Amino acid sequence: MNIEEYKLLVKKYTPKEDRIKNALMAFITGAAIGILSILIFQILQSYNINDKDANIWTIMILILMSSVATGLGFFDEWVSKVRCGLIIPITGFAHSITSSALDYKKDGLITGLGANVFKLAGSVLLYGIVSSFILAVVEVLIHV
Amino acid sequence: MSSIKYKNVYILDSYSIAGKNEIKGSIKSYDRIIDDYYFDTNTFEDAEVKMQSIAVDNVIKKNKLEDKINLIVAGELSNQLAISNSTMSKYKIPYLGCYSACASFNESLIILANMLDCKKIKYGISLTSSHINVAERQFRYPIEYGAPKIKRSTLTATGSVAVVLTNQKTNIKLTSSTIGEVVDYGISDALNMGAVMAPAAATTLMNHLSDLKIDPSYYDLIITGDLGRVGSKLFIEILKANNIKLNNYIDAGSLLFKEEDFDISGSSGPVALPLVIFNKILKNTKYKKILLLATGSLHSTTLVNQKKTIPAISHAISLEVEDDLS
Repeated sequence: MNIEEYKLLVKKYTPKEDRIKNALMAFITGAAIGILSILIFQILQSYNINDKDANIWTIMILILMSSVATGLGFFDEWVSKVRCGLIIPITGFAHSITSSALDYKKDGLITGLGANVFKLAGSVLLYGIVSSFILAVVEVLIHV
Repeated sequence: MSSIKYKNVYILDSYSIAGKNEIKGSIKSYDRIIDDYYFDTNTFEDAEVKMQSIAVDNVIKKNKLEDKINLIVAGELSNQLAISNSTMSKYKIPYLGCYSACASFNESLIILANMLDCKKIKYGISLTSSHINVAERQFRYPIEYGAPKIKRSTLTATGSVAVVLTNQKTNIKLTSSTIGEVVDYGISDALNMGAVMAPAAATTLMNHLSDLKIDPSYYDLIITGDLGRVGSKLFIEILKANNIKLNNYIDAGSLLFKEEDFDISGSSGPVALPLVIFNKILKNTKYKKILLLATGSLHSTTLVNQKKTIPAISHAISLEVEDDLS
């Protein structure tokens, strides 16, 4: 059996992921996070906080909630069940940082926690900053 | 010719520790079960060291072999064999570390069998272990991240097994071994380890059969290490393409983590095979001639990130069980 034949065989016997079910699950939980943040936003508005500040507070509350859930040890079980529904929103970003911090704290504050805290979130930060820079340049060019 | 026959190598006894995932299947009779992955220590690495030490201590104590062990050969998955090295620092016993990823258990048996057969040593211990969280952190994602498991992936087994080998007669004889060659069939997906290792298992099995001039029906049971359900199917297909038919085949990894409990391909880790062998297969008197095909996916996270294909290896050990010596 040559390599090409084997690769075809591997393709045949590798179980397919249930993409539709996963997408639906992610859609529903992602939407639930959206609804939750609107609720938080409206509660904040009712305390006479302006829209801009309420926005930031909403994000911070979501980050706090997911980080605490990670620290208490049950967020990872939710993530493995609903997958991208919790990974894509800001909750996933916070979770990735908290879980790395928890994992590496025993390797020392500098060599462990400090060096590895952005292990998963680093790419999000780097490419987030790069793409926002490019978009800013585009915007400047449009308005010149 | 990669196979070696042995005249005087016997298995005396073993001691197994397993984690909480491992008792979900049909095997319950481990010597000790741990339900906390920290095992009363501060880190998962310490917990694995503790599991290894308990396995070695107990197998020595049970058989009154204090000061009689000539060599310990240990192998597991941690970088630089850190776990085995730490464990062995507590003993004044000569030690060799070996690495064939999840085939390390068979590699350690092969090293010991050769030393015992030529009577250079009298008692040796083969030690292996793996810990789900130590492996997860080293090869995959932070533990609390809970990265979703996909259907073709495997989950590392938690446990440790220490086996005493001797050249004094017992009822389990280690009759031959086949040292595997490294096989690379161009798979670069580290989540599909069954597909990576199946060609290695098939190659070693074919070498073993042709070296010893026997066919698969010679064995009552042929058992692979941790191909999982995906790898097992591929293993059978490769053998079918080479006109070899198996009627007496099971996979330890698939048996340890059953499909109804875990929606993944099976269990992996060097400890999966010995846990099944010593706690299920050898306790069943039905099997007299057994071939163990431990399989190892020799990947490093660096080379996987560089999109290199993954080499694999498989070593074979054949056992013969006699009825009780009395």
